[in-house]
Amino acid sequence: MGKLIDKQRVVQHMNGRLLRNNVLKFLFFLATLFGLIVLVVLLYRIFTQAIGWLNIDFLNNFPSRRPENAGIKAGLVGSLWLMVIVAPVSLILGVGTAIYLEEYAKKNRFTDFIQTNISNLAGVPSIVFGLLGLTLFVRELNLGRSILAAGLTMSLLVLPVIVVAAQEALRAVPNQLREASYGMGATKWQTIYRIVLPAAIPGILTGSILALSRAIGETAPLVVLGIPTFLAYLPRGILDTFTVMPMQIYNWTSRPQADFQHVAAAGIVVLLVVLIFMNSIAIFIRNKFQKRY
Amino acid sequence: MELTVVKERKNKQAGERSEKNVVYRTKNLNLWYGEHHALKNIDLDIYENEVTAIIGPSGCGKSTYIKTLNRMIELVPSVRTSGEITYRGRNIFDKSYRVEELRTQVGMVFQKPNPFPKSIYDNVAYGPRIHGIRDKKILDEIVEKSLRGAAIWDEVKDRLHTNAYGLSGGQQQRLCIARCLAIEPDVILMDEPTSALDPISTLKVEELVQELKKNYSIIIVTHNMQQAARISDKTAFFLNGEVIEYSDTDKLFSNPDDKRTEDYITGRFG
Repeated sequence: MGKLIDKQRVVQHMNGRLLRNNVLKFLFFLATLFGLIVLVVLLYRIFTQAIGWLNIDFLNNFPSRRPENAGIKAGLVGSLWLMVIVAPVSLILGVGTAIYLEEYAKKNRFTDFIQTNISNLAGVPSIVFGLLGLTLFVRELNLGRSILAAGLTMSLLVLPVIVVAAQEALRAVPNQLREASYGMGATKWQTIYRIVLPAAIPGILTGSILALSRAIGETAPLVVLGIPTFLAYLPRGILDTFTVMPMQIYNWTSRPQADFQHVAAAGIVVLLVVLIFMNSIAIFIRNKFQKRY
Repeated sequence: MELTVVKERKNKQAGERSEKNVVYRTKNLNLWYGEHHALKNIDLDIYENEVTAIIGPSGCGKSTYIKTLNRMIELVPSVRTSGEITYRGRNIFDKSYRVEELRTQVGMVFQKPNPFPKSIYDNVAYGPRIHGIRDKKILDEIVEKSLRGAAIWDEVKDRLHTNAYGLSGGQQQRLCIARCLAIEPDVILMDEPTSALDPISTLKVEELVQELKKNYSIIIVTHNMQQAARISDKTAFFLNGEVIEYSDTDKLFSNPDDKRTEDYITGRFG
């Protein structure tokens, strides 16, 4: 019987195949390197600009007309206040929606329609959410330019991301665990509460914290809401007006005095530290509670 | 000559057995997955304190049937049924029959060991807890009794509060049996409980089944004909969604009525 594969030719082709493999490996490495280098350059520029400006006074001062007196206190505290609204509102609504869609809802055209729209909402530009918030919360509900109005707007912005992340976490819980629970006469809620949620919590929290980091760094919707950038006092409640770090930084970068560029860089460093802190909580939770099935 | 005598005696025993109480009575059951007609006109009576084995080639509907008995099959969308299954005289498809109530009477052991990612203790106590038992003393007692019942107590009594995933596959499956015993069921459904286990663990589960039938009625789906022959009292042979033959295990394996049964058990197909 004649062989259908000519080993001689296979060997001749070998060099070409191996070369192509190496070239592509190099290209993919370059792609990775590109992002990395840009990031390093960016961080280097910001840190060198911020050095000397970043100190306790910077954290403790309100914004000022004089760059040497300007500080980020109002923005830092405002960003934390924003989280007080965004975290509970978006988590409760988002996880609730995900539980309904994944565990209770029948799969039909209607739920397909909802699903598609949630995914689409995740891609809507944030400024559109700002317009929605301006109309609905600031004007219709008469909340003014308050922490509450801004918090609800930001919650809407990150809600789709949280829903999708929570759905994926719920879907990753093996069905055999649900079956075991139903098989013993557990109700749906008992199964969700005792089996599904504990197994899905790490995934849900990781996704949600990343979504919240997005809300902390977001500026556009707050610009549309008319949140001030120059505030020399702290809010006392959720109905007070406030400012946040990215707004503050945006304001500083648009000042004509050169020194404000340094102030802005110092502000960016503070914002980055907060973001890295939140992301490391997410990583910590993922590593600590991750379970394999 | 002697053989026939033995057989006659066994058949006589079988006759006596059929006087026993019927646990499940299936009448003219049909089931469809969408357009696919998976179970066709099933009639089957299942008796108390016996092991009933269900055998047949892949895709013959045996798993579908056993999952219908505790209505687990309804988790699959697009399933339709017609006909009737009565459990202890009550139609399980009846609107007033709550599925949670049925499943407190009918426990299930699955193909792949599926302990919860919790401690051994919490796995076994899960069933009683969801049924509202909070008393620590009673729970302790149930856990010990169930683990003893599943012949795993001695292996785990010193590590009750460690994660169940630390157990071997065979131990996990016996833990799942213990978890099922903890709800004090009347019937235990087993869907190929040993197909993911090594031979020694399989043997242990088989011995356990023999032990359990004194107190429970057991329905077991198996791919393994030797297993059915070893452990069951009655065997049903399923093919393409139909029951081809249902009789005492000895009879079915030694002297089947249907040519197709004979072909299957002698390994000519499937």
